[in-house]
Amino acid sequence: MFNSASNYADSVDLVMLIIVGISIVLLLGITIAMIYFVFRYNRKKHPVAEQIHGNVLLEIIWIVVPTIIVIVMFWYGFEGYQKLRADVDNAYEVKVFAFMWGWNFEYPNGKTSDTLYLPLSKKTKLILTSRDVNHSFYVPAFRLKEDVIGGKNHFMILTPKTTGVYDIACAEYCGLNHSKMYTKLHIVEDHQFDQWVSKVDATQTKPVEEKK
Amino acid sequence: MADNAAVAGNGNYVDFYNYKGKYSGIAGWLLSVDHKRIGLMYLYSMVTFFLIGMTLGFFMRLELWSTGQDIMGPQTYNALFTLHGIIMIFLVIIPGIPAGFGNFFLPIQIGAEDVSFPKLNLTSWYLYTIGGLMAVVSLFVGGGPIDTGWTFYAPYSIRTGTEVILPLLAAFILGFSSILTGLNFVTTVHRLRAPGMSFFKMPLFVWSLYSTAWIQIIGTPVIGITIILVMLERAFGIGVFDPALGGDPILFQHLFWIYSHPAVYIMILPAMGVVSEIIPTFCRKTIFGYGAIAMSSLAIAFVGTLVWGHHMFTSGMSDEARWIYSFLTFIVALPSGVKIFNWVATMHKASIKPETPFLFVMAFIFLFSIGGLTGLVLGSLATDVHLHDTYFVVAHFHYVMFGGTIFIFFAGLHYWFPKMFGRMYNSKIANTALALMVVGFNMLYFTFFILGYLGMPRRYYDYLPEFQDLHRFATVGSWVMILGIIIMIVNLIVALRKGDKAPANPWGGMTLEWTVPSPPPLTNFTKIPTVKYGPYEYEHYEEVVNNEH
Repeated sequence: MFNSASNYADSVDLVMLIIVGISIVLLLGITIAMIYFVFRYNRKKHPVAEQIHGNVLLEIIWIVVPTIIVIVMFWYGFEGYQKLRADVDNAYEVKVFAFMWGWNFEYPNGKTSDTLYLPLSKKTKLILTSRDVNHSFYVPAFRLKEDVIGGKNHFMILTPKTTGVYDIACAEYCGLNHSKMYTKLHIVEDHQFDQWVSKVDATQTKPVEEKK
Repeated sequence: MADNAAVAGNGNYVDFYNYKGKYSGIAGWLLSVDHKRIGLMYLYSMVTFFLIGMTLGFFMRLELWSTGQDIMGPQTYNALFTLHGIIMIFLVIIPGIPAGFGNFFLPIQIGAEDVSFPKLNLTSWYLYTIGGLMAVVSLFVGGGPIDTGWTFYAPYSIRTGTEVILPLLAAFILGFSSILTGLNFVTTVHRLRAPGMSFFKMPLFVWSLYSTAWIQIIGTPVIGITIILVMLERAFGIGVFDPALGGDPILFQHLFWIYSHPAVYIMILPAMGVVSEIIPTFCRKTIFGYGAIAMSSLAIAFVGTLVWGHHMFTSGMSDEARWIYSFLTFIVALPSGVKIFNWVATMHKASIKPETPFLFVMAFIFLFSIGGLTGLVLGSLATDVHLHDTYFVVAHFHYVMFGGTIFIFFAGLHYWFPKMFGRMYNSKIANTALALMVVGFNMLYFTFFILGYLGMPRRYYDYLPEFQDLHRFATVGSWVMILGIIIMIVNLIVALRKGDKAPANPWGGMTLEWTVPSPPPLTNFTKIPTVKYGPYEYEHYEEVVNNEH
């Protein structure tokens, strides 16, 4: 629907299409029936109502059929997401620190940066921690977000499918400059990434000062 | 306003406006224990707070007209969306229908003279008013207007320099008002039903208030405790929620949503009750599936207490908790669906006169269905993780809360206006206002769905340039909608002063409030009625309306 950076993001779009598709059918059904009845059974044309108290069969149908529909919807939403979350072995690990109001990324070799670079062909596990209040690490192009909370190590799995530059936003309200916490995610070819990450200069290996 | 509305007796009775009690003038209202006067005092307070909340929303939309600063800085914007949320939720939507229409009509609909504890009822109104005033005062003391969002998430609410304790105390007191009203309603329903009115002959509005009252009693203490913990943590640093003090921020979210999710049903159930009143009246037809609708209220009240975790899919709960809450969330959609299907089925083979309240209900069914169906998108794990805390969520809860509860609050206002004030309003103007509201509403909030899917997070003072066109379209929608609301309210105020006198039963309703004069006398009934038939059994219409009283 809009730019998608992973196969998982495509699967989220598909789930969205399925749920929205079924929903549109239901919405149209309800709305058209309602409008039709208002014209068809208008008091001018239909002065005396038929007193119908209910119908057990109908009640059963509109409990059972929607139950099946929502279980199908539940399954689609559950399946892909659980698979993504469960597959954490052999991932490249990057630590993500959130603070008011910015991000800091720390790579295995000690390199740090304020924009996130990741290699195209690797599965990356981001370990998320906050240095102060709650934040949320949100990458719309990957259809993923996870709250970043002090004292916790939440995680997110990113498996890119194309190179590109994507937005990272904060999605948990965190005060004055919450809306300015944008940074970029660069998905680059592996050799470019190796080149970039191996350039560690003295200033970059020091952890960034904790900001209030 | 009330004095003008008072139409001295149509016939040989004294209505509750003109009844001479121990006190007269303003004291006759502020010290009155009459459920009708208390209900009206709530209604006036709520309409006022609604207009304040709406004005805040108007300025938020103006600020979002273009990227960067337009008319205010980020601190002001953050305070505005916090106040908009607090006012709309704690002062308008939660008390709205139960405390306003519930107080006025619950006793009449079950054939009682008043609620079980009239003095406690007045106390609840005072607690509500004190809470509301404290919220207003908090803007001008300490560090200034609160900027935490209405959810008060820790540890931000522990650390921010703005005034947090006073508005929290206000919410705490409002909670007590809610608990006491709930207690009063449960007791009233159990003890004061007229002879012959068994539980399954109660109007569905009463059923919905009864279900709601139980959630109020059971759920509200949890938010009370949470609020006290936040206040203690701010004042003394007890270290329950702030990770820097060894606390757990997720614990706050659990405690907050254990109440605040059921609170969503406190907000919507009474509205569903009003819908179940209005549809049979204008259809001249018994409601389809009375038992199913009544039971679905209880089912919503019960399952609704088990789904709070869906506000926390991205909060770092275990993956097991995520899917369990997702599953339960889908289940809670079913009883709401049952209600909608039964309402539409009621219109089948009916004799429909689509007057203003009925048109409001049709708008409600359309908007609320969109709200409910997009709730399925948010209940599903994969899509929620993307859409959580984006404009999609903002759109969803405005469709449910505004398109749902507030539209029905307005529907109720137009339905019961003749009964409460003894006057009729101009229905052509009311219908025009409704049309403007529906168009503006969809321009404003449907756009939010798109913004959300494109990745626009909520509670953002500023946004990326690519979102500007959609934001502008939404802002224009807000103007159309507000124009509609203003026309609607002016129309009702004009009706209060100049409207034609209303008959006892202008719509042909069958519940007991339509058997008493408009406006009703102090004790509602000259003689407590004996109930023979269910509330919407139109086959007995003549007998009930003409002979019973």
